[in-house]
Amino acid sequence: MTDFTPTEMMTIAAARALSNDDVCFVGIGAPSAACNVARLTHAPDITLIYESGTVGTKPDVLPLSIGDGELCDTALFTVSVPEMFRYWLQGGRITTGFLGGAQIDRFANLNTTVVGPYDRPKVRLPGGGGAPEIASNCGRIFITMALSKRGFVEKLPFVTSMGHGEGGDHRERLGLKTKGPTRVITDLCILEPDTQTKELTVVSIHPGVERERIVENCGWPIKFAETVIETPAPTETELSVLRDINARTKKAHEGAGPGKEAA
Amino acid sequence: MARIMSLTDAVAENVRDGDTVAMEGFTHLIPYAAGHEVIRQGKKDLFLVRMTPDILYDQLIGVGAARGMKFSWGGNPGVGSLHRFRDAVENQWPRPLAIEEHSHAAMANAYEAGAANLPFAMLRGYVGADLPKVNSNIKSVTCPFTGEVLAAVPAIRPDVTIIHAQRADRKGNVLLEGIVGVQKEAVLAARRSIVTVEEIVDELSPPSPNSVVLPTWAVTAVAYVPGGAFPSYAHGYYPRSNAFYIRWDEIARDRQTFTAWIKENVLDARPEDFARYAATTSAKVA
Repeated sequence: MTDFTPTEMMTIAAARALSNDDVCFVGIGAPSAACNVARLTHAPDITLIYESGTVGTKPDVLPLSIGDGELCDTALFTVSVPEMFRYWLQGGRITTGFLGGAQIDRFANLNTTVVGPYDRPKVRLPGGGGAPEIASNCGRIFITMALSKRGFVEKLPFVTSMGHGEGGDHRERLGLKTKGPTRVITDLCILEPDTQTKELTVVSIHPGVERERIVENCGWPIKFAETVIETPAPTETELSVLRDINARTKKAHEGAGPGKEAA
Repeated sequence: MARIMSLTDAVAENVRDGDTVAMEGFTHLIPYAAGHEVIRQGKKDLFLVRMTPDILYDQLIGVGAARGMKFSWGGNPGVGSLHRFRDAVENQWPRPLAIEEHSHAAMANAYEAGAANLPFAMLRGYVGADLPKVNSNIKSVTCPFTGEVLAAVPAIRPDVTIIHAQRADRKGNVLLEGIVGVQKEAVLAARRSIVTVEEIVDELSPPSPNSVVLPTWAVTAVAYVPGGAFPSYAHGYYPRSNAFYIRWDEIARDRQTFTAWIKENVLDARPEDFARYAATTSAKVA
């Protein structure tokens, strides 16, 4: 078995969550890597949608931003941003949203807005962007984040996008008909909401990871499912696809750039 | 009818101190050259509007041109924070910045409502989210037919919208293609508009009947500014300089390096320097 890093395991585990039938709203960063690894391995016909308006993109390198030219060049079609949010997202045409965040709580609510009070923040983060409505209007949500005490917190200072709210049937009580977060993929393990309480529960542990490490890295007393499996290690194919796309991306982003063509 | 004029005159005539200004571009076609001219002319107390304020708005905030900002995502995409924006919000440097924060869906709908001459936009939005607790401009409205409660936000009506586009014809009709963002709505929602273009041509010759065309009678001013979107990009003309976006993190992190960069590349430069700057910057930062 080839060696792999925790981040590689996380990305590949996230990619495996996707299938050929998914129509997926893709966030930048780890979600984008996972979605494209899925497309280049077991889900060649997956539909990837970026909020800049590109639908059915097949980028050769991972975009640095949600609107890189690569996404439009390889899209089936591109729509305006109002159309993207009104017809395609709010219209209920997207099966899966793939989000990351700065902080998450035990009910998979996410914060990407502020740390500290909103009016006098300790850290001002970029904000929600598309996330508040992605979280409520996609059929279901996958989340990918490295497991750390800073990120997995007992109480969020700010709820940017709702996961399962206060748990239980909170989503239904607010009139939401979508499933919300169904899986959180970290660099150490995979969590899923408990069927009743909706509290995130460890269901799969990545190879070589001890339970204690998971407990130590989570900001709340994390629960384990009755049956916990070991995540299958990345295959040679999965690893080489991920490493190839990361190498192409690195080369593309640090190149001399477009200067010579600009004038 | 749009007047074809220099960038200097277009900004001098159409951007006024205290204005609500939208410089739109959803990653693509961001009007950098025009934004730099706004900085150079020392425009003050602007209320900036943009879905995705990135480096250009970091620059406007960092020089103290903005009194406030309405936005939905303020970061350097794929790179990290906007340090000048953070410094303004966290430390009030160089001045406090009043923020009105929304989601993308709400902003897109609000521009569309502005273009459609409606007072507000409604959407299925913000369910379970905290933004409505801190933004009094997020309210709700009840559907008169079903009783469903929906989110409501005021229409965006900028005093002036500034965008960049691929080309205009000599009458001032403007064509955009590729990722077209929210630019059409932002221009139609505004009282005045400035469009900078890569080329001015005899015929627009749209390669696709679905290209976005803004007719000359819906635009105030058109200025010929090749390279005017750099370091963002103009589909069909030049790609995005991701290297510059990565490099900006270092420039903007520190107040002094930021101020020196602005002096050299904006304040001490002229509009006609921009194409040259666009042509050489990525070589410099590589």
